[in-house]
Amino acid sequence: MAELVAVVASTHHPFYYRASTATGEERPPFADEWVRKVEAFRQTLTRARPDVLVMVGSDHFHQLWLDNMPQFLVGKAPCYDGNFFNEEREFGLPRLVCAGQEDLSAHLLREGLDAGFDLAFSNELRIDHSITCPIITLRPQNDLPIVPVYTNIFAPPLPRPKRFVQLGRAIREMVESWPARRRVAVIGTGHLSLELGGPRQFGPHGPDPEFDRKAVEWISSGDVEGCLAEVTLDSLHLPGNATHGFMDFMLMMGVAGDGRKADYVDTYDLFHTMEAYFTWYPDGGGRS
Amino acid sequence: MSKYLLNKFLFTVDRDPELVERYRAEPRATVEWWESARANRILGCHADESSTWLCFEDAEREALAAHDYPRLFELGAHPFLTLTLFIAMFERDHPPLGFQTEYARRLAHVRLPYPDIAT
Repeated sequence: MAELVAVVASTHHPFYYRASTATGEERPPFADEWVRKVEAFRQTLTRARPDVLVMVGSDHFHQLWLDNMPQFLVGKAPCYDGNFFNEEREFGLPRLVCAGQEDLSAHLLREGLDAGFDLAFSNELRIDHSITCPIITLRPQNDLPIVPVYTNIFAPPLPRPKRFVQLGRAIREMVESWPARRRVAVIGTGHLSLELGGPRQFGPHGPDPEFDRKAVEWISSGDVEGCLAEVTLDSLHLPGNATHGFMDFMLMMGVAGDGRKADYVDTYDLFHTMEAYFTWYPDGGGRS
Repeated sequence: MSKYLLNKFLFTVDRDPELVERYRAEPRATVEWWESARANRILGCHADESSTWLCFEDAEREALAAHDYPRLFELGAHPFLTLTLFIAMFERDHPPLGFQTEYARRLAHVRLPYPDIAT
């Protein structure tokens, strides 16, 4: 059986690539510390020696559109091109190509459908910065095959927070039942408080530092029940109009397990958002 | 009200470099052309299989033609789509992050709950 060797949850700040590669007067004052934190975070994945990455993210109206919008979608393809024209234009992100792990995609789809998740699939999926950012931050050599899993945190009606946690728990079970002797890491990215296209955007900090503090506590302590008791689709409007991306962190809490404290926690208070980095090393994951 | 069609305009213009420039330079003419030629095009279908029923309401058409992004916010256009396209058109006219902070200032009067963006 496969072994779940790391669970990694992170914000996906599309400006990291440009900030970290800028030089001279173009380099922002916060870049050096940001790079230091990201490289330390990267080590937590490297140390787990994964063979395959399951990558949870959310398409930002790039390939998925309102005329045919899935709630949860699994990519099943041999390759995934990455990044779109408007991400090159606005963030300076590079185009890249990731290899796909199609047999694991097929396993997640079959087992997920049988477990009651009506997963959509795509045989030709171009991944956006919700998945390419963690490639850049966590595995810049881009040498591992991936399985992309997209969630809808963007186009209401959305699934409720509990459904994200349930899918996270199911993803863990499905990865651990994959009959391949491979080391799998599950990586998911989302947001803490975030405002886009509203009056609280691009402030000196994230729009709701108090929400961010609580969110980091929920995630780092594995307090799934406490988080579910406070977080609803309605409540997520209050910290910022794009804060529903926090539900991807809730999915990752489901993967990590109830009450499971993160083994690595770091944050970085930037303009516009609080960056947050978490890694768990499951101790019961190996059955090979 | 057609929040979906507002979003479709923002989405289809944003992903086309030529249309971004055309909408920046000639907003009213671009909106009129788009509504007559593109509004009913189903994105995954052949042109002969277009829809027959989509059109803007007057307030929506006017907000797009006037580049009035605070009004688009009030009308329930998806804020991410509006922000992305307007950054593409106008960030170049401002110092770094200047357009983004001006955008926030022009929406400073907005209070929670924000307009519903469900389509």
